[in-house]
Amino acid sequence: MNHTTRKWSLRLVVILYLGLLVGLPVGYLFVKAFSHGFHAFWLEVTKPDALAALKLSAEVALIAVPVNTVVGIGAALILARRRFFGSRALIVAFDIPVAVSPIIIGVALILAYSRIGWFGTWLSSHGIQVLFSPIGIVMATMAVSLPYVLRSVLPVLIEVGKDQEDAARTLGAGAFRTFWQVTLPAIRWGVLYGVTLTIARTLGEFGAVLVVSGNITGRTQTLPIYIFDAWDQNFDVLGAFAGAVVLASLSIVALVTLSTLRARERKMHVDLA
Amino acid sequence: MDTPARPASSERGAPPARKGWRRFSSRLRTSAALIGGTSLIVGYLSIIVLIPIAAVAAHGFSFSIHTRGWGVAFWHWHLSAGFGLFWHDITQPAAISAIRLSLWLSLSVAAINAVMGVAIAWVLVRDKFPGKWFVEAFIDLPFALPTIVVGVVLLFLYGPASPVKVDLFETWMGLMVALLFVTLPFSVRAVQPVLASLDGESEAAAKSLGAGGIRTFVWVVLPSLWPAVLGGFGLAFARAIGEFGSISLIAGGLGRTTAASSYIYNLTQGFLWTNAASVSTALLVLSLLILIVTNVFARRIQRRLAA
Repeated sequence: MNHTTRKWSLRLVVILYLGLLVGLPVGYLFVKAFSHGFHAFWLEVTKPDALAALKLSAEVALIAVPVNTVVGIGAALILARRRFFGSRALIVAFDIPVAVSPIIIGVALILAYSRIGWFGTWLSSHGIQVLFSPIGIVMATMAVSLPYVLRSVLPVLIEVGKDQEDAARTLGAGAFRTFWQVTLPAIRWGVLYGVTLTIARTLGEFGAVLVVSGNITGRTQTLPIYIFDAWDQNFDVLGAFAGAVVLASLSIVALVTLSTLRARERKMHVDLA
Repeated sequence: MDTPARPASSERGAPPARKGWRRFSSRLRTSAALIGGTSLIVGYLSIIVLIPIAAVAAHGFSFSIHTRGWGVAFWHWHLSAGFGLFWHDITQPAAISAIRLSLWLSLSVAAINAVMGVAIAWVLVRDKFPGKWFVEAFIDLPFALPTIVVGVVLLFLYGPASPVKVDLFETWMGLMVALLFVTLPFSVRAVQPVLASLDGESEAAAKSLGAGGIRTFVWVVLPSLWPAVLGGFGLAFARAIGEFGSISLIAGGLGRTTAASSYIYNLTQGFLWTNAASVSTALLVLSLLILIVTNVFARRIQRRLAA
């Protein structure tokens, strides 16, 4: 085998593998969802149950994403600038949700906070219900989307270094002013990258939410669970595909944003160099 | 001392010029903010992740922490009784077959994608052809797509009503396709940056000494890729063994194709929380073990490379 045939066969293998494994399913999703025309698709998307699911997903994201962004940036600031007892353990702890099955996260939340869990009696005596309620859904979503902001901000923060922050302090800027005017502009692409990942993960989370939510139509159904239910309970193929297309389009938008941000980041590094 | 009449909150003046009380109070405020911030973050992390995971392990190993209280005197007894129950739960025939299925599927999926990941990364880094950006964009798609979307699409593409006449419904191959899909980005993205950072010098040396392309790859390029490949293998394995959404539909309802996560979900549907906790604990230990082993091997290889 000479060099050229080897190159072409490797190319062919890679493109075939990606095409069959990724391209075919994604293409089929869009073809199938619009197989009865755009109008049928639109009717499915605007059904009351689908809209309720979309609304709940958006509300959950509106709570989980800002909280995880603030926590992620705060943790990154502390972990990048200070070494203390347990700081490495803290980084590992942030990564737990990535390595653990979402189903286990759901089970874990129930065993800690539901009626049968550690704090269930105390919580329910204070009128807080975690299982089968939006609170549980928000907690599950927060848990699975926790690591992404920290993971994308921490390396940037370490690479940027603290010279500019020190300079700002020396020139008399307070901690808040240093953060807003020096640190945040330097890490902004990293933050946006992490936030986009968090949004994508938040909207798409299925396993953990399914265990916690109890799957009550119109009340505790997020969009992924609506899709699951549309097929699993109601055999509503078009409904399932319509919901899937909405979610897939959102994640493709996220993907495009991410690759743009990555290009920006690369350009910024070139500028610095 | 003539301290200028400034509000104490503004920190004007160069840090070295600060003396005495002002320096002390500024340091106090910084460390108070640090300690406060750290404890807020650790508290949030504990509520959201650490306490629940601890609850799983506790429920898995000892069935009665909650109902019998926290008495220290009973601790040892609880733990031993609980371990027997744990063992009983995870040695149920259905539990064993679910864990075994997840284990061998995840290992083979991680292995297949480790090989394909190197090939794909090689093409992305070393090859140039029109439309390469499109291939590059495809890699992250499985990571961005919600798992249930993947599950629905695969059920209809490779299910009983398949338009391409491939019916993988309720077979291990259906699960494998789903797992290969969702783990692909981990395998590729682990290898790609390392491959890109290799300088061509040793390769050029090997070639000038008469080594062919394949020989150069196996003896020169591959050794420095091993740590990255192993890292990708570990991540892909951890993802595959916990995966639920993408396989939940194509697996159907047969016990033969019930993976570990689906088995746990079925237990929760029957409100069998103790069993669910036991199997979850077993699964946690397994994925932790693989992550540690791959990490240790990757580090050992890296050290040998550096030496």
